[in-house]
Amino acid sequence: MAQTDTEQPNEFFVIEEPHHGDDHEEHHETGTMLGFWIYLMSDCLIFGILFATYGVLGRNYAAGPAPADLFDIQMILVATFALLFSSITYGFAVLRMEMDDLRGTVFWLIVTVLFGAGFLYLELLEFTHLWHIGATPMASAFLSSFFFLVGTHGLHVLGGSIWLIVLLTQLGLHGLTPENRRRVMCLSLFWHFLDLIWIGVFSLVYLTGVLL
Amino acid sequence: MSLSHEAADGIAHVSGVDPFWGKLSWGVFPFYEPIVLVTFIVVMLGGLAVVGALTYYRLWGYLWKEWFTSIDHKKIGIMYMVLGLIMLLRGFADALLMRGHQAIAASGGEGYLNAHHYDQIFTAHGVIMIFFVAMPFVTGFMNYVMPLQIGARDVAFPFLNNLSFWLTVSGAILIMLSLFVGEFSTAGWLAYAPFSGLEYSPSVGMDYYLWSLNIAGIGTTLSGINLVVTIVKMRAPGMTWMRMPVFVWTSLCTNILIVVTFPVLTATLALLTADRYLGTHFFTNELGGNPMMYVNLIWIWGHPEVYILILPIFGIFSEIVPTFTGKRLFGYTSMVYATCVIMILSYLVWLHHFFTMGAGANVNAFFGITTMIISIPTGAKVFNWLFTMYKGRIRFETPMLWVMGFMLTFVIGGMTGVLLAVPPADYVLHNSLFLIAHFHNVIIGGVVFGIFAGIIYWWPKAFGFKLEPFWGKVSFWCWLIGFYLAFMPLYVLGLMGVTRRLSQFETTFYSVYFIVALIGALFVAAGIAAFLVQIYVSIRNRDALRDLTGDPWDGRTLEWSTSSPPPYYNFAFTPRVHGLDAFTQMKREGFVRPTEGFVPIHMPRYTATGVVMAGLMTVMGFALIWHIWWLAVVSFAATLIYGIGHTYNYNRDYYVPADEVREIEEQRTRLLAGAAE
Repeated sequence: MAQTDTEQPNEFFVIEEPHHGDDHEEHHETGTMLGFWIYLMSDCLIFGILFATYGVLGRNYAAGPAPADLFDIQMILVATFALLFSSITYGFAVLRMEMDDLRGTVFWLIVTVLFGAGFLYLELLEFTHLWHIGATPMASAFLSSFFFLVGTHGLHVLGGSIWLIVLLTQLGLHGLTPENRRRVMCLSLFWHFLDLIWIGVFSLVYLTGVLL
Repeated sequence: MSLSHEAADGIAHVSGVDPFWGKLSWGVFPFYEPIVLVTFIVVMLGGLAVVGALTYYRLWGYLWKEWFTSIDHKKIGIMYMVLGLIMLLRGFADALLMRGHQAIAASGGEGYLNAHHYDQIFTAHGVIMIFFVAMPFVTGFMNYVMPLQIGARDVAFPFLNNLSFWLTVSGAILIMLSLFVGEFSTAGWLAYAPFSGLEYSPSVGMDYYLWSLNIAGIGTTLSGINLVVTIVKMRAPGMTWMRMPVFVWTSLCTNILIVVTFPVLTATLALLTADRYLGTHFFTNELGGNPMMYVNLIWIWGHPEVYILILPIFGIFSEIVPTFTGKRLFGYTSMVYATCVIMILSYLVWLHHFFTMGAGANVNAFFGITTMIISIPTGAKVFNWLFTMYKGRIRFETPMLWVMGFMLTFVIGGMTGVLLAVPPADYVLHNSLFLIAHFHNVIIGGVVFGIFAGIIYWWPKAFGFKLEPFWGKVSFWCWLIGFYLAFMPLYVLGLMGVTRRLSQFETTFYSVYFIVALIGALFVAAGIAAFLVQIYVSIRNRDALRDLTGDPWDGRTLEWSTSSPPPYYNFAFTPRVHGLDAFTQMKREGFVRPTEGFVPIHMPRYTATGVVMAGLMTVMGFALIWHIWWLAVVSFAATLIYGIGHTYNYNRDYYVPADEVREIEEQRTRLLAGAAE
């Protein structure tokens, strides 16, 4: 910068090269990725509040069931692996995208959404089971905070899956355009972020819940 | 399946709501309250007059095409300011009602508000003034000024900007509706649990509060993300971090604060909403709920929020003082660091709002000390402004008057804040009128004065003519005198032990203080009226007040280097920056405005998606408030589908042809030549 100053002290404006065609999406790319990253951090804070709430209220059983009475850790482990594998397969999709392989990208994204659906199915099974045995969010502060933490994560996975399906149709319509690549990368961040949150949920809620 | 059926039955059974109309019925219109009835009639007549005038002059199409669907940051900024002004009138009407009522009630009368209505009014006053007056004003400034100051053509995500604005409007509409349809919350502006829970506040008032703030809060978060990215990514070449104008710095810190605090508000309100709608036990007294958790969470958002309001205002003062002093800002670097330190510390003081909770001496001491520390960077700022003025050639234009009023008033408010930061003193003063006087002292003396200073300072940039100074000065003096008359008595009353939010008094001992406070409020009313007169007179005399140069105040930053109002693309050529106070340097080194060599400019297209989505979310909020479940589901699904549909539109930007740019710029060249002769 200092050099520019001494060389051209009187140049007070930039003459841009005229753009043509479709290349103009390119220069927004970095801004979008940064913006999406900041959004994820704000979302992370929402989870932070829910974790904190669980931390404070998680032992308030109100004479109702405690984690050890409720959690089927084997099923949760299967769900965890479904989600972890979906992150790996999303990674494969991005690798395929880098090789300009549309079919490969779509294939791995479909595998990802299937793993996501599997995770959601297991979560739904767990929730309906809990509901049937009377462990509803209304039963105690522990269960309120449990359902909200786990359920908010589940809603995010649901949202991510819907987004994935929408993105698949857009890939079908337009192929690997710069705009679609950017969307694949944003959703990739989102998907890995949900994995990270789940690791927190699995450790703090399920593992510690069953161990204590 | 059977499960969801049972659940639905349960809800219908418990609340006894009509499946089609929800809780709505003819009884929800509170026309048995004469004040509400009169207000309703006035608002209706006024509304009809406005709608009629817009229709008569065929302005709907123009408004829709040029403003509502606009994603130009300048137009969105102006719309934020208009929203803030409209809501200021509503919020101030509430204040006058309270001042009048208390003056009567403290003098032995009954007053004209029943306790329930009074509680709604102080709640509405607080919520409106913070969320729908101060926030739109500061967001409006950041939207309008910041991209111009960094030499950008728009914000990073122009469509998102439009959506953020309309979500804020959506929240404002819901609050305004609560005046005539049902009622508003009585739980104060932060809705402390468990009082705000279903058991103690069963009416729709709390639901209006929750959905209004949730929807507006999402808009604010999105806007915060947008403006952070704009500042980080879109500065003109050469504008390094330490060459950014101070207003840009304060905008950056403010928006970072928004991004790290508004999610907390969203989550907290969502949990309270769950308590009210689903029967969970986060903040209830039963089954393990913890109401103190709510108080902590809401203030983890709430304290940074007041810095979200004041930091951009500090930025505004930091622009005005050097301009009207004809000197560069004293201690730019220390100003930047002070801003950053305030940003961080503001996150570490929340507990000082409830020392009386009894968290223990050590916890209280920690938060008391952090609170006192935060006054150090703030004090540094005040000294910087003072030293900038020292030996400067000060021009006492109207914005400068507001600055002087601010510096005196804000310092007094800051010092009473330090008094409150001492935990033992706070045990005496907690929730007294001393506290009310303190935060009005910093918010009126800081934020509101800054808003008026900023409006007068940047008005010529936005509209091409200055505001008429006489009425501006009348407005300033009315506000200044009115503020001291209205709030100094409250300090005294607070020290006497009068608590906040009282609608009845058992003694007439306090009468004279409340009457003086009422007179103060009437002065402020005159100040607001003078401000409106100022705008009216200035628009009428706009030809005499016209500024063709684009630089009416001898400004120092880039926004003054373009025309007033700026063309929609802001700068025909992106500026190149070589130092602090970029425009001053350009003027000093003989910058000549380029008149040829224009190239096509890349701009985003207008879209109606933001208005439509926010409109649908308003309907959803209303349906949820009144338990009209089918409508809530339909409007939510519609919002989602419309939003997803928007992502299938890949044709969002275009190039302004070079010829069009040339035409606009040549028009300005002719104007400038005409002005020179």
